[in-house]
Amino acid sequence: MKNNKKTSPWKSIKVGLLSLLAMIIFAYGFQITKVDLEELRSENRQQSLVRVTRALAQPEIFEYEQVEEIVNYPIYVPCLSDGSQASASERSASEPYIVITPACANPGEIIQVEGFNFAPLTVGPIRFIPGNDPSNVVSLGRVNAETDSDGHFIVDMEIPDRTSDDAQFIRATLRRNIGAPRFSKTAYDTWNKIVETVFLALLATVFGTFLAIPLSFIAARNLMKTVKSPLTSISLSVLGWPLGILLGFVAVRGVGNFSAAIGSNVLVNLAGIIVSPALAWVGLRWALPQEEITRPSQNMRFARLGVILLVVLVSFYGLFQLANLAMSIGQTLEAVLGSFSFLGYFLFQVGDIVAIITPALGGLAAGGALSSILGRLGQIGSEKLPGSTIKTLNLILTTMAGVTVMGLLGRLVEWLYEIGEPMYTLWGPVAVGAIAGLLLATLTKPKESLPIGMVIYSITRTFLNALRSVEALVMAIVFVIAVGIGPFAGVMALGLHTIVSLAKLYSEQVESILSGPLEAIEATGANRLQTIIYAVIPQIVPPYISYTMYRWDINVRMSTIIGFVGGGGIGFLLQQNINLLNYRAASAQMLAIAIVVASMDYISSVLREKAI
Amino acid sequence: MLQIKNLTKIYDGGVKALDNVSFEVPDGQFLAVIGLSGSGKSTLLRCINRLIEPTAGQILWNGEDITAASQEEMRRIRRKIGMVFQHFNLVHRSKVITNVLAGRLGYVNPAWSLLNRFPKEDVEKAIKQLQRVGIAEKAYQRADELSGGQQQRVGIARALMQDPKMVLADEPVASLDPVLAHSIMSHLEDINKNDGVSVLCSLHFLDLVHRYADRVVALNEGRLVFEGLPKDIDDNKFKEIYGRDAERVG
Ligand SMILES: Nc1ncnc2c1ncn2[C@@H]1O[C@H](COP(=O)(O)OP(=O)(O)O)[C@@H](O)[C@H]1O
Ligand SMILES: [Mg+2]
Repeated sequence: MKNNKKTSPWKSIKVGLLSLLAMIIFAYGFQITKVDLEELRSENRQQSLVRVTRALAQPEIFEYEQVEEIVNYPIYVPCLSDGSQASASERSASEPYIVITPACANPGEIIQVEGFNFAPLTVGPIRFIPGNDPSNVVSLGRVNAETDSDGHFIVDMEIPDRTSDDAQFIRATLRRNIGAPRFSKTAYDTWNKIVETVFLALLATVFGTFLAIPLSFIAARNLMKTVKSPLTSISLSVLGWPLGILLGFVAVRGVGNFSAAIGSNVLVNLAGIIVSPALAWVGLRWALPQEEITRPSQNMRFARLGVILLVVLVSFYGLFQLANLAMSIGQTLEAVLGSFSFLGYFLFQVGDIVAIITPALGGLAAGGALSSILGRLGQIGSEKLPGSTIKTLNLILTTMAGVTVMGLLGRLVEWLYEIGEPMYTLWGPVAVGAIAGLLLATLTKPKESLPIGMVIYSITRTFLNALRSVEALVMAIVFVIAVGIGPFAGVMALGLHTIVSLAKLYSEQVESILSGPLEAIEATGANRLQTIIYAVIPQIVPPYISYTMYRWDINVRMSTIIGFVGGGGIGFLLQQNINLLNYRAASAQMLAIAIVVASMDYISSVLREKAI
Repeated sequence: MLQIKNLTKIYDGGVKALDNVSFEVPDGQFLAVIGLSGSGKSTLLRCINRLIEPTAGQILWNGEDITAASQEEMRRIRRKIGMVFQHFNLVHRSKVITNVLAGRLGYVNPAWSLLNRFPKEDVEKAIKQLQRVGIAEKAYQRADELSGGQQQRVGIARALMQDPKMVLADEPVASLDPVLAHSIMSHLEDINKNDGVSVLCSLHFLDLVHRYADRVVALNEGRLVFEGLPKDIDDNKFKEIYGRDAERVG
């Protein structure tokens, strides 16, 4: 390539100045981050570095059965004024014994401890036992002794600063390994915690993925761009949500109470579980014919709506019965399964969770259903009714919707901050909502289609971006405060972070799908839901799987350290051991983390390749 | 009968893709739509099933105003209008049979689509359509394993699944080599002649127009510049449609 540009002196000066600036920035960075090699060279640091490194190199995974030989020998500190010496109890010649020279000493003096008749090649500490009780477990000072092949050792020891009129003791504890190595307690703890860690990551990934998928559709521009509705329909849908949630929650809780009243007899539960899905299936087959060429009559459609409502109630009844059965079976199993009692525990917990979230689920389902039915009514209304009627209707409905939304937001603020001032948290927002609704209804043409899809898209995107910028560790701290220390907080934090980051990644995939198949499916008369199922989903399955695996990978890594802030998993153990200077145990945990992360990395890369 | 009345489409960017276009298509006719690329052929065809919203004008089909139809009514209208695309627009990762069955989506209850279930008659029907276009043995392969010509036949089978009264074909042979073009065109001809389905087909090559079309409309920069029989396109008309510099070959 030819370089036609002349090099001007200005350019060189600019380059020089830039390098200087870069150097200054770099130097400042050094100072800020306290790069200090002097510190590394200091003797203290070096020693502890060596100690830690050695400990880390010997992870505490195996241990041996040990036999100990313990010998106590009395000593006066300081020496008695009458010169008498403490004497040891009688012993036979073959027993191990120690000799101390001199036989008494002052604090700070060095004594020599010599041992005889110990088992050969054993190691252990020589310690000073304060007080007059040789069985005292408190000890001061420590030197390590090691016997030769004759069972003999000599070590020097400094007498600690602890004086007494009574005889105190020098204790030699020599230990030797016998038998085959076995897993240490640390190894067992580490195993338990690493399992917890992996499952923490698994749960977070599964929950996160399930919630991220629907979110990713409403955060995809290409799908939402074409969603347009007239104002009547939008207001009615907005009103439908809270109303539906309320009705659904009450109805499903009613079903729950009915289910509870029937009792938790296993046979009754079983019957409920078998009969209700069968009933629901029959009802659905009747109410939702697979194909229909002509429009059904009005009465027929009402009858179907009624049947579907019944089907939903019956299904929820089945769900409650299932939860009940799971809880009672779980309880029984937990009592009889012994080491597999976790299966029973799991079943019980699942039942409990289902029983708790079912009313909420019912509320959400009813909210969605009512909102879409009302929205549909609004759509039909604004197609069929004259413009002036729609205008009036819009004025009323939009004002009501504005009041509802702002009122609820106000209640939320009140609940969060406990302001206790209805002017700010109730009447104010309600007035603002009413005015906004009125304005919107006045300013728009009555039958105009508004780009509600883009509004929802923008809100969702903003929300996702805001939450995504909060680190999972920070979320974990918040959840630890909310639900207490333990893996549950970790699951919530990682799960939430998974939802928002996957929703973003997924929605980018949705935005990059081919539009041709979408167009073709739409042209067949498919509705929006069908278009998503037949044209969008087949195109996004491979990248979704790939991103989910990638996220699972990240979650495993995150779950190993989320314990540092109390989020459960192995991090908690690791942090504890580091704080206790128990580096050999910490080393075992680090090793476990490395193994798990590396194998997850491998598995996920293999699975990703398979999926694409 | 399809009646297009003063149809105009102005895109968001301000491009006037259709400019006051009016013409009629009697039932059972094979109509070719010709014009340079960018003349508005695709826009015209997509306005008819409202994949694109017209800016102004009216489209009447057997007296029903398509441009004024509600979403619910549009679903019912669309399912009677099959569409075939230049780039086939199959869902690549789905099986051939699933792609064909998708033609029934306007008929099946959306709730059952959630479970990916089609009635048994539909599956049988799908196999029949594949037999008709001669690739029944490919039914359970993935769509992207097929060659271009085969993919376009799947596209036709999908349109046939709709029991269409009208088929819109947007340059159905433009991405195929000429030998295959005749095989695809003869399938469209078969549907037109034997099932009595109207076909609106945009085409590039005049020889195909002469061979298959009953009538021709021509667009130039969104305006209708010719409407008549294929044999009436003389040299003058040709230059009007394709521009002064165009050379007539063949
Ligand atoms: N989505 C769109 N947005 C803006 N302009 C478009 C769009 N689609 C097509 N156009 C423009 O409209 C005109 C007609 O395009 P098209 O109907 O695709 O022509 P043809 O199918 O005859 O090649 C062209 O000038 C094209 O650039
Ligand atoms: Mg085109």
